[in-house]
Amino acid sequence: MGQSIFDRVAVVGMGCTRFGEHFDQSADDLMVEATFAACADAGITPGQADAYWLGTLGSGHSGLTLAGPLKLQYKPVTRVENYCATGTEAFRAACYAVAAGAYDVAVAVGVEKMKDSGLSGLDVSFLPADGAGPDPTTPAAFSFLAPAYFMKYGLDPELGKRVLARIAWKNHRNGALNPLAQYRKEVPLDAIVQSPIVAAPLGIMDCSGVADGCAAIVVVRSEEAYRFRADPVFVKSLAVAAGPGTGGMQPGFDFTSITEAVVAARVAYAQAGINDPRRQLSMAEVHDCFTPTELILMEDLGFSERGRAWQDVLDGVFDLDGELPVNPDGGLKSFGHPIGASGIRMLYEAYLQLRGQAGPRQIDGARVALTHNLGGLPWHCVCAVCIVGKEPGPV
Amino acid sequence: MAGITAFGAYIPMHRLERKHAGGSGERAVAGHDEDSVTMAAAAALDCLGGPDAPRRPDLLYFASTTAPYQEKQAAATVAGALDLPDSVRSADYAGSLRAGAAAMLAALDAVTAGTARTALVTVADRRLGAPGGRNEAHFGDGAAAFLFGCAEVLAEVRASHSVTADFVGSWRSAGDLFVSNWEERFSTGEGYAPLIKAAVQGALARAGLTPLDCTRLVLYAPHPRYHANLARELGFSPEQLQDTLYGQVGSPGAAHAPLMLAAALESAAPGERILFAAYGEGADAIVFEVTDPIRRFRPQTGVSEHLARRRVISYPQYLRWRNLVPAEPHRRPALPRPSQPAAWRNRRKNLGLCGVRCMCCGTPQFPPQRVCVHCQARDQFTDYRFAGRTGRITTFTADHLAASVAPPTLIAAVDFDGGGRMIMDLTDCEVGSLSIGGEVEMTFRCLFEAGGLKVYFWKARPRV
Repeated sequence: MGQSIFDRVAVVGMGCTRFGEHFDQSADDLMVEATFAACADAGITPGQADAYWLGTLGSGHSGLTLAGPLKLQYKPVTRVENYCATGTEAFRAACYAVAAGAYDVAVAVGVEKMKDSGLSGLDVSFLPADGAGPDPTTPAAFSFLAPAYFMKYGLDPELGKRVLARIAWKNHRNGALNPLAQYRKEVPLDAIVQSPIVAAPLGIMDCSGVADGCAAIVVVRSEEAYRFRADPVFVKSLAVAAGPGTGGMQPGFDFTSITEAVVAARVAYAQAGINDPRRQLSMAEVHDCFTPTELILMEDLGFSERGRAWQDVLDGVFDLDGELPVNPDGGLKSFGHPIGASGIRMLYEAYLQLRGQAGPRQIDGARVALTHNLGGLPWHCVCAVCIVGKEPGPV
Repeated sequence: MAGITAFGAYIPMHRLERKHAGGSGERAVAGHDEDSVTMAAAAALDCLGGPDAPRRPDLLYFASTTAPYQEKQAAATVAGALDLPDSVRSADYAGSLRAGAAAMLAALDAVTAGTARTALVTVADRRLGAPGGRNEAHFGDGAAAFLFGCAEVLAEVRASHSVTADFVGSWRSAGDLFVSNWEERFSTGEGYAPLIKAAVQGALARAGLTPLDCTRLVLYAPHPRYHANLARELGFSPEQLQDTLYGQVGSPGAAHAPLMLAAALESAAPGERILFAAYGEGADAIVFEVTDPIRRFRPQTGVSEHLARRRVISYPQYLRWRNLVPAEPHRRPALPRPSQPAAWRNRRKNLGLCGVRCMCCGTPQFPPQRVCVHCQARDQFTDYRFAGRTGRITTFTADHLAASVAPPTLIAAVDFDGGGRMIMDLTDCEVGSLSIGGEVEMTFRCLFEAGGLKVYFWKARPRV
């Protein structure tokens, strides 16, 4: 597996735009805003960084997408893409580059301009294909999880629907406290339950929004971090798992667990020396693209026992003031999901929380944070898990 | 002696009540994902006895006035759905309500001449009448299929007679969407009645029979009222007259008389003589004599069971399915034109629902893989067809966001009896009737059309 990334890299600066319908801003505008903010936060100019990785699903091809608007002078700039884990993938590349000693200062930028298409949901371009096969929209693919989970654990559909709504309710409640969120309003539970159906049983309020946004992060080797700032954040784990897609082709997969998430978490916990995530983590930012995704992730990431996440959700375990706050910034639910930006936006919340900068959302004594991304379909996806900590040393 | 060795039918489950047009009864309506090709394939499967049945024709004719393409053979698509070998001879018969009968006679000629051992004729129609008009109410959608051969014949052909006349009673020009008719008294009095009469009398004379020697008359009719009159004029009694299915199906164009023949054969006993007459720019009449092997044959589903599976749809739904009303565009990306190189590479997968089975671990899988989903062995596969297999729903959803003329799009994970899983579209059902564990079967459908090209594939539908 190679040497662990544990404590070898630190985050010394971050920037994040407000997420939302930026009809007055292009992807270029968003990248300039977030990248300059991150560099300023690290006390450098964009020209002082050695290398860049840009994560975007569809807002541009190649590193030129970033080099142009920032006027980077012949720097190594690479665009990466890994579906909804794209932002985390850019961060991962930047971390490995400085850990390897190839560069001293690397920047990862995640951006997506979603709102210029005028379409609902995602628009991903593929190689020309024969079209023979189902083409579920993303909410439909993720809604598969709900009836399977309800059935397996004996939740009647009405109770199941309330459990899902409780997740959206919690995330909106957190988002209401976040000035960068797309939606800054609490939403009553009943309004969530009764929202118009998008992909049965999921209503529109079970789905994350569609937003534009950009976030950027500056990383250096840990031993140099204090030269940049007094309160860097240390990288404990970086894990990615890409699935073989057999869940859609073999009856064993039962749609109540996302194997890629289980594997990525296992790898990340091993790197960080975590054996009891619910106790050892201070917070988690997870990929709540749809409410059943968050429900199932609570079990896949080891926060709840199998079949118990629904009860933990109802008991408020993952609320901001709960035992393990999940999506304290409001999650994809409040931020929307500009694909390339989301992973770094999650790290931004961890960066604020671990440094005591999260304002009304501040989690007391936050020391260790997990971020999780999921790209693809529940039966065929890529999952990324990062763990970052306030101090160097064992978690 | 040559004749029919197997038969089948297909009637879509959707019904439009004629109330909206001031009529009585109902007509069958092809689903939004069905056309003459998918219905022909369904009838052919009904006739052949499912995808794994030993009955494999070496000649295939498709007949319809509503083939999906002006240029591009439909029979080749049906052959793909049946997974027939490349060596099958094929042709489309088109352009006339008599296309089905013409294909049947041609198939008979081929098996009689010995140029084909067995010949499959599949005839289907999905005609459009102008909205609110008589044709729309009278027409129906459906299909029939007949296998012809010289061995194990269950209805021998005793004689046939054809007449040709350039009589224009109904027509549809190249650019027309809807069928037009000349005034009815002329069409029936000068065309339908005398031309059928000539063909029927010619066939009886050739067979050396009289109407009294026949047990049934399978007579095409543009409307039941002409049906009974003409039968009487021909010397047949009402008891001999095969039901037109007008009250349940309507008139499925070129497939009308063939569908009635399939219904007649379903309840026919050895020794019965059936006089079959089809009409369109002339007429074809064929005298069949039912033989003993009919006792041993059953179509997979058959007309009577198809009629029992029934769901009424609304008139607005019908208009939407046929794209006859403007509708709000979907806020989803436009569907890309299907890549024909990809479709060609994947033809057995797409049309025949052919997957593979790993020779190392035995796992069936779809679509075909290079590396086994279970044991990761490379390139160790044999063919494995999923068409004709049943499965169970593991989980499902109703996708309201997906672009469709019949939202929501129902999608399920289907676990097949015998192994393998597919995420696939569901059809012919509503979300309220679905449950985890529910049993489904495979049905050949048209998924969408983009850039003038249609994409045919398989969907799952609940088993009755």
